[in-house]
Amino acid sequence: MNLTLHIWRQDGPRDGGAFQTYQAKDISEHASFLEMLDVVNEELIKAGQEPIAFEHDCREGICGSCGMMINGVPHGPRGMIATCQLHMRIFNDGDEIWIEPWRATAFPVIRDLVVDRGAFDRIIDAGGYISVRTGSAPDANATPVHKHDADRAMDAATCIGCGACVAACPNASAMLFTAAKVTHLGLLPQGQTERYARVVDMVHQHDAEGFGNCTNHGACQEACPKGISIDTIARLNRDLMVASWAAAGE
Amino acid sequence: MRRVVALYRSSVGKKVLMAVTGFVWFGFLLAHMAGNLGAFLGQEHFDAYAEHLRVVGEPMLPEYSALWAFRAVLIATFIAHVVLAWQTSRQSHQARAVGYRKQENLSFSPASRFMRWGGVLILVFLVYHILHMTTGTLHPDFIAADASGHNAYHNLVTGLSNPLVAAFYVLALTAVAAHLFHGVWSLMQTLGAAHPKYKHLRRPVATIVAALVFLGFVSVPVSVLAGILR
Repeated sequence: MNLTLHIWRQDGPRDGGAFQTYQAKDISEHASFLEMLDVVNEELIKAGQEPIAFEHDCREGICGSCGMMINGVPHGPRGMIATCQLHMRIFNDGDEIWIEPWRATAFPVIRDLVVDRGAFDRIIDAGGYISVRTGSAPDANATPVHKHDADRAMDAATCIGCGACVAACPNASAMLFTAAKVTHLGLLPQGQTERYARVVDMVHQHDAEGFGNCTNHGACQEACPKGISIDTIARLNRDLMVASWAAAGE
Repeated sequence: MRRVVALYRSSVGKKVLMAVTGFVWFGFLLAHMAGNLGAFLGQEHFDAYAEHLRVVGEPMLPEYSALWAFRAVLIATFIAHVVLAWQTSRQSHQARAVGYRKQENLSFSPASRFMRWGGVLILVFLVYHILHMTTGTLHPDFIAADASGHNAYHNLVTGLSNPLVAAFYVLALTAVAAHLFHGVWSLMQTLGAAHPKYKHLRRPVATIVAALVFLGFVSVPVSVLAGILR
């Protein structure tokens, strides 16, 4: 299949950047979206041009690095998958595809389609962990966890930190990412000790990074390749209210 | 107060304060709507209701005092709601300084995207509405209350008999209904009400509430134009 691609090219963080149009020729419908970009890059390299920079690592939907805006939808038009799991067969021969990097002040563009998601790391640094003795693995079932809580914690823990929630949000808010981590740790017994300090610190870091304000549009959960629900945000809100109330009363 | 300040400092806390202030106004809207529907019980009933608002709390409180205390709460919560909306919008605009060339709307309702501009429309309407029905400044046939009582019914009917004015009321009420459609759902989400047992009720509750408020309020200008209230 042959496609027309409009791809954001930006030579570095300071460059203004612009869209460039490329023809992708003889693409197999079995190729993944990233493989299609690889083919385009091969041609660019042969022609002595700079290849399109895009981030990728595992190419099996678990590393969270291959995020890009495809025709206005994070990770493309197919739900519940990352860009690397998107196959060219869902496009039609002759389609025009617009490819853009995530757009958020907190995610500055490094080059072309690659953005710096360091802000997520700093939100995790602010409280997305538990402080426990490490060492040998604990015995199975030494700490009982209710099945219901374990399921919900695992659902939240599937977040791969790709940034699609921020990309889709009309406010460029990272509340779904932050809430997934708060929910994952806050539901488990090991996460109770730091539960309320965690939510205050992580939301504080979220705001400091320059992410926007969640206004409950629900676009994030539509875009999330792991299907994380905005119920996690309701839980974060509740924990934050409890934390602010308790802290200010002391 | 320290607890409120602690909330105000974070983006999530600002939302909580918006939810609470919005809820106060939602409660007021229900009371206001109940009062309006009194117009269908006749002129006497409606004028007596308007008079009652002035003297509520008597003889323990001087006249107007309860009314003004009530108004003070409404004004304070309204200002807080608008200021917080402004601040959170600014935060969000700065968070996406560069936009997309192409972006699909993945939000689950158009009403959520209309909250800010809809809110501006409601603000403009509110100013007009007070100048129209409370002070009478923009009302050509306004008769102010005097010793003989209130003329609220007369002011209501003559004020809404102009089709343009009535149309503006209906337009503003559409914005209010859209605001509630997202706002009532949103305040439950913001206040953390997402329990698996009842979270599926949030959408129907917000939809029904928005529809009831719209129909309850719109019935008055429509009935004036239809000649049912005269």
